[in-house]
Amino acid sequence: MAVLKVLVIDDEPGIRSGVSRILNNFHVTYPFMDEDYTFEVTEAATGEDGIKVLERDMPDILLLDNKLPGIQGVEVLEYIRKRNYDIVVAMITSYASLDVAVRATRNGAIDFIPKPFTPQELKSSIENITKQQYLKRITHRMNQEGKKVRYQFLSVLSHELKAPLNALEGYLRMMQDKQSGELIDDYATPIERSLQRIHGMRSLIMDLLDFTKIRLERKEEKIQEVNLAELASEAIVTVQPFAIQMDVNITLDVRTDVTIFADPDDIEIVFNNLISNAVKYNKIGGKAEITIDCSDSEAILIISDTGIGITKNDTENLFAEFVRIKNEKTRNISGSGLGLSIVKKVVELYHGTIKVDSTPDVGTVFTIRLPKKPITTI
Amino acid sequence: MNKSDITILVADDDPDYLFQTVFNLEKAGYRTIAVESQAEAESVIARSKPDLAIFDLMMESDDSGFILCYKIKRKYPEVPVILATAVSHETGLSFSIDSDQEKSWIRADRYLEKGIRPEQLDQEIMKLLRF
Repeated sequence: MAVLKVLVIDDEPGIRSGVSRILNNFHVTYPFMDEDYTFEVTEAATGEDGIKVLERDMPDILLLDNKLPGIQGVEVLEYIRKRNYDIVVAMITSYASLDVAVRATRNGAIDFIPKPFTPQELKSSIENITKQQYLKRITHRMNQEGKKVRYQFLSVLSHELKAPLNALEGYLRMMQDKQSGELIDDYATPIERSLQRIHGMRSLIMDLLDFTKIRLERKEEKIQEVNLAELASEAIVTVQPFAIQMDVNITLDVRTDVTIFADPDDIEIVFNNLISNAVKYNKIGGKAEITIDCSDSEAILIISDTGIGITKNDTENLFAEFVRIKNEKTRNISGSGLGLSIVKKVVELYHGTIKVDSTPDVGTVFTIRLPKKPITTI
Repeated sequence: MNKSDITILVADDDPDYLFQTVFNLEKAGYRTIAVESQAEAESVIARSKPDLAIFDLMMESDDSGFILCYKIKRKYPEVPVILATAVSHETGLSFSIDSDQEKSWIRADRYLEKGIRPEQLDQEIMKLLRF
């Protein structure tokens, strides 16, 4: 239950008490609102008093008579507008001259309630105002949250992009100043580390491209029937050189040959990320297995490895942007921290689910379920 | 006081930045304790008292450095702390510890941008330790 504060400024006591009586027992509800709104009414007999109350209580809704003993209603309205207060104003007036109506509207009054009014007339005006106020606040809040998320993303991104540059700069300065000695061999570690950081930065940039692609592209025209086993084999070929280096054996087990409706680029992103992770976070001589299967309505992809695994705590944040699990075992593995967040976004785009089961030092299993039927709303 | 009697705690989650800072400090003659996380830094602070500390701002959380500043100052108010970060240029978020108001919530003695030259870092440390 939320309470909206209503201020009535009117020199007629009958009007003020009428409004109080009607609204104190009134509540507004809509199917799309989280909660009901009730009203708490305060009264003022003059514009001057009204402004005092307004400064003290900051009401949500103001019911304002124009003809007042001192300053006029329209002047109160101007006062509010100049200060940008977030108050919805409705004029209550027995006869609004065109001039007053224009001035009031220009200064932000959104409704006119003719005097005298029936309880029902007042209620329906208040109902409209409440709805508007609610929508305005929701929009404002959503904009703020959107901005915050974008800002966080950009600030973390620039941190991730600048960190490798700082590292490279530091190493190059060490060499420029010959801090470790005269011979190129004295700088084996800085050179090796620099190359690793460049590699990491490149993969971050590639991931960012994927990321913007899934965020920005309209997909309808690219959706087609794709064969999951084929795409998996292609991804395995891509990862193979790295797997040979790590001596990891990748196998593909097609239990049911499944096709789904998707943009093949998206599915490629999913396979590439998960299969290369299964190799990257594996042990020398380990195994990675891709299983493709289906239920009545879903395609099921299982990517399992015999790698270093993830603790229960770490799995919670695993799919967030820029999250990298940091520990002894991962410190020499480079990555952007974007891969799994991208995979999750793609899977959700197709109304699918992704889940992870892992045991440290034993291995990790990612299970993805994607609807077989074409999705209409991408 | 001799530089080789001075132990500096360095916390940074970027292994390369940590390597370089420690390398420069040791070259300048200091002893160092290098850790890669806020958690490790906290456990070092819990069992020993460094003569000076250099903290990165963003580690496990975005404000790890601030938390470490606060914790070390509560335990050892006299230990000088340098907050080293690249954050202000990246985010447009700017803060310094020049005004009293800022000093009251950022409990660091110096705030330095990453990428500072080794000699400059050495000078700042000597100033803080009153060599």
